[in-house]
Amino acid sequence: MAAPWSPFAATVTSFLFIRSRSGLAQSRVVWKAAVTKQRTVAGTQLLRLLHSTSPTQKKNVATSGRNEYTVAFIKKQIEEFNIGKRHLANMMGEDPETFSQEDIDRAIAYLFPSGLFEKRARPIMKHPDDIFPKQRAIQWGEDGRPFHFLFYTGKQSYYSLMHDVYGMILNLEKHSDLLRAKDLLSQKNKEDLIGSRWLIKEELEEMLVEKLSDQDHMRFIQLLERLLTLPCGSTEEEYIQKFRRTIPVQSKKKLIEPLQYDEHGMAFSSGEGKRKTAKANVMVYEHGSGRIKVNGIDYLLYFPVTQDREQLMFPFHFLDRLGKHDMDCTVSGGGRSAQAGAIRLATANALCSFVTENEVEWMRQEYSPLSI
Amino acid sequence: MDLGCFLPVGTRASQSIAVSLDAQVPDEKSRAISRTQENDPAKHGEQHLCQHYSIPLEELKTILPHGLPPHFGMQVKTFNEACLMVRKPGLELLNYLKNTNFANPAIRYVLFGEKGTGKTLTLCHVVHFCAKQDWLIMHIPDAHRWMKNCRDLLPSVYNKERYDQPLQASTWLKNFKTSNERFLNQIKIQQKYIWNKRESIEEGRPLGEVVEQGLTRVKSASDAVGIVMKELKRQSSLGSFRLLVAVDGVNALWGKTTLKKEDKSLIAPEELTLVHNMKKMVTNDWHGGAIVVSLSQTGSLFKPRAAYLPQDLLGKEGFDDLDPFIPIQVHNYTPKEFESCFQYYLENRWLQHKKAHTEEGKKELLFLSNSNPWQLERLCAYL
Repeated sequence: MAAPWSPFAATVTSFLFIRSRSGLAQSRVVWKAAVTKQRTVAGTQLLRLLHSTSPTQKKNVATSGRNEYTVAFIKKQIEEFNIGKRHLANMMGEDPETFSQEDIDRAIAYLFPSGLFEKRARPIMKHPDDIFPKQRAIQWGEDGRPFHFLFYTGKQSYYSLMHDVYGMILNLEKHSDLLRAKDLLSQKNKEDLIGSRWLIKEELEEMLVEKLSDQDHMRFIQLLERLLTLPCGSTEEEYIQKFRRTIPVQSKKKLIEPLQYDEHGMAFSSGEGKRKTAKANVMVYEHGSGRIKVNGIDYLLYFPVTQDREQLMFPFHFLDRLGKHDMDCTVSGGGRSAQAGAIRLATANALCSFVTENEVEWMRQEYSPLSI
Repeated sequence: MDLGCFLPVGTRASQSIAVSLDAQVPDEKSRAISRTQENDPAKHGEQHLCQHYSIPLEELKTILPHGLPPHFGMQVKTFNEACLMVRKPGLELLNYLKNTNFANPAIRYVLFGEKGTGKTLTLCHVVHFCAKQDWLIMHIPDAHRWMKNCRDLLPSVYNKERYDQPLQASTWLKNFKTSNERFLNQIKIQQKYIWNKRESIEEGRPLGEVVEQGLTRVKSASDAVGIVMKELKRQSSLGSFRLLVAVDGVNALWGKTTLKKEDKSLIAPEELTLVHNMKKMVTNDWHGGAIVVSLSQTGSLFKPRAAYLPQDLLGKEGFDDLDPFIPIQVHNYTPKEFESCFQYYLENRWLQHKKAHTEEGKKELLFLSNSNPWQLERLCAYL
């Protein structure tokens, strides 16, 4: 199997080890191209230019930031990646057409087992777009004139984005004036905005491939909010959705146990909680008078400090169920404060079964540092 | 209440300033729950359960010069009145005392219960009753105080192996004198006592002179205490007066001390004169009165916090000595009692928190204190 191996090995090694070498090689190639250009342009200044290559040439090479990878180079990397993916699929005996990224990861982990603790230092094979940072094409043409009209602001993508959004706002205002004249204004509904959040500064920077400041980001978000107040059509909605990310509603991940019934027919529910090294298991009975026993001892004797008893009180107090439930707890490990915190979390978990979903979400937000 | 200050404001003057219109009607209702006008313990009955009755301050000074727990004393000073709640154990005891047959040997009643449930104050209630009924009260406020923190231990003159505690003895004699002034001249001693080569007391002198002798000559105070106890025990059987022996923290008599002899060895309680005489009082070989004692873990030495049963606190020896006795358990507040206490604090404007008079606030307090009176008092002190 020598023949199929060698190109694959070449591609893999190229991916794995190529970066530093390619950086220097490519920049030398670009310099060479720039040097030959200068030679053809000015003949009289030839002698001077022949001696001083580096400072003058560097100006024409890079735009803002480091630009080691040309578009052609990236394209070549993508082709090599796809070929390598097919070879890998053949090697593993899978179908090359349906070989997904997870399969690639699994195959690489199998073929190149690594004991390194840092996950990012282990061998990876990913699409070049994920590996090479996004960078900008050269912003100006052969005559040195920049393509974009906002190039000299320094943050051309950001300002052009602001410009577009503002243009949209002006259009919508004109449109809504017309509608108001005809009394056809419809109300906005805010439901599509629940469960999603605006982009954070880092995500916006990644999208625009430009460095931004905090104020820039704030201004952008304010502009988008202003856009939202106007009646939007569907194109504007789509445009806005590009700048929103969904927040997963975490309490959906929590399974709510149904109530269990013991031999007397009394409903009860159990919960577990941990805090530092303390672990607590709690059984909350539905009908009771607020009697609580911890490890068989009354809670007043087990927790002589008022602060600990306040911790026990919080879940019931939050749901307005003080004095309605009886509780039996077992707790071990930790100190007195950790045990009180563990019982508090366990109680909250147990009370989830007695309580509606909305209140569970409400509790989760209240307790988010303790993470139900 | 609306002054927004967080200091416990309870004096009469501020009450008159802070009265608001809407507090009038709830006041009447809460007074019906939490207070009663019946100030004579003899007339307390079932209908007065859970209600506070007040003791006039002058009577307080004579009857209970040294019997009140320190926090309650501070509360008395703040509210300018002393109010005790009528509770079931107290009523039970009063019934027993009203029906005692003084020809029989003195019955021992032991008040026990978890920490902070109200044993000492029940004892004070009983003492008040007996004082009103004109009994002679021998009240030892806290027997634990005789077991520790004593700077001046003297070997006893009377018996070489025992140790005297002059300071404690003289304090007790002073308080005894305040509470039983009128009896001291009536009772005559029946034996001659020689203090030392120069001083002696003849037979037939009033007991008051023994007390005076103890107060003036502090060194012989412990012996004076012993004499007083012996005489009273002997003479109560004769029937001219009735004797109540009330000891708080009686488990100290059989516990350990932290006092050391000169060679740094621990003293056993029996080696203290006061304790020796006290033990004689608590035995039921006399009649004409009653013995009411309470166990206490609070000041006790070397006892775990959760101990409250007689066997745990008294030990085998103490239990055998006190046997037979009538145990009376004092519990935490019932819901009605809790309500009454809560209303009492509200009336005196003691609870200053905004949410204190709402239902929620009450439930919170109930939970945090678990209806324990002591815990409730500690919590309310900072509200």
